[in-house]
Amino acid sequence: MKIPYYPGCTLKSAAKHFEKSAIESAKKIGVEFVELPRWNCCGVVASLADDDLMHHLAPIRNMVRVLEMNRDGLVEDEKRLLMLCSMCYNTLSRSNKRVSENSEDLDAINDFMYKEEIDYDGSVETVHFLEIIKEIGFDKVKKAVKKSLKNLKVAPYYGCMLLRPKEVGIDDPETPTIFENLISSLTAEPIKWNNSRRCCGSFLTVDNADVVIELGSDILEDAKNSGADIIITSCPLCAFNLDNRQKNIKEKYPDFKEIPVVYFTQLMALAFGLSEEVMGFDGNFIDPRKLLKSKKLIK
Amino acid sequence: MPKKLYLDKQSVDFYEKVKEISGETITLCDQCGTCSGGCPVIEQMDISPAQLMRMVMLGDKEVMDTKTMWLCATCNTCTVRCPRELDVSKVAEALRQIRLRQSIDQVKIDEIPKDILRELPQIAVVGAFRRLTS
Ligand code: SF4
Ligand code: SF4
Repeated sequence: MKIPYYPGCTLKSAAKHFEKSAIESAKKIGVEFVELPRWNCCGVVASLADDDLMHHLAPIRNMVRVLEMNRDGLVEDEKRLLMLCSMCYNTLSRSNKRVSENSEDLDAINDFMYKEEIDYDGSVETVHFLEIIKEIGFDKVKKAVKKSLKNLKVAPYYGCMLLRPKEVGIDDPETPTIFENLISSLTAEPIKWNNSRRCCGSFLTVDNADVVIELGSDILEDAKNSGADIIITSCPLCAFNLDNRQKNIKEKYPDFKEIPVVYFTQLMALAFGLSEEVMGFDGNFIDPRKLLKSKKLIK
Repeated sequence: MPKKLYLDKQSVDFYEKVKEISGETITLCDQCGTCSGGCPVIEQMDISPAQLMRMVMLGDKEVMDTKTMWLCATCNTCTVRCPRELDVSKVAEALRQIRLRQSIDQVKIDEIPKDILRELPQIAVVGAFRRLTS
């Protein structure tokens, strides 16, 4: 399956290792990401004010690129746009929903984009990679597993942007299962815990780091107390707040014990037996390799 | 007997403004407190999300001087739980917008130390500036 792919800024810079593990793992289950030519920043957060149409312009311009890819034969009749980053997914989905359901807004946006060769018609469907994995089937994921992760206890961390609000959520907002199913199909053990959907503090990490440190410490303690060896996430901002901020948590609470936080596709790459370079664990702040070595999952 | 509440014009105008920007009919809020109960940032807030709704409902402009609207991380926990299907995050956004549209920024990039700025991923910086600057 060849599918248009929107990377977003962070996966091309601070979180390159997340992207690499995703692209290579996807191939193992028959999915080829075709990067959107000339994609532009989605704006990270969804425009929430009713009277603010302008900030939907950037997200929607990316939809035009999907139509162009179909026109130019880069993909074949595939108007789904795939995202990895939860925040990009949320922002692009909310903008797409607003203009697709509101012809006045759509017309206004098209007027602004008068230099584009194609008008947007609302026909693109935004999807998260996890939804594509679910569609392909968890049994197919299981078949691609080369290395059993039997002794690995994994805490699925959804955060906010995959699940809320309901209109764009990829699973039930209160009792999601998609991550648990993925973890099981990778032959690891998903743990049950309370904080899998609790906010990490998001962008408050810029001007209110202490809020993020408090939330992060609660979330990480819960994961450890529930028996997790490692946490997975699909959002590079959650990853920063839960992984890199462990440094600040430790400064505030010296007894704090670290726990690795990895991107869900890094876990896929591990189970699929891909190379160390593809797994990219050297890019994580808390190095997961010590744990994985002790579990005899890497050399 | 039902009691009637009379608001002065200034209060009504303020309420209408927030309603217009947020698109939320805030008077539908029945003050059940579900939003406050699930809010991850409530400990740091000076008024709870439910109190924020109440103040807006009464057109009380003092809500503009509280910290809560700047601490709402738009996590949408309250949004999926509100029995009245209200979205507090949109109301908080409307209040932020009222301030930001006067070109009063909540964070200033030149006040963030360079080494901290360098540590932060793009997604954090862009997100914060979209929510907290004009
Ligand atoms: S959950 Fe909804 S109805 Fe209840 S107090 Fe909050 S905004 Fe009002
Ligand atoms: S959206 Fe804002 S007010 Fe609502 S629960 Fe999240 S942080 Fe609290």
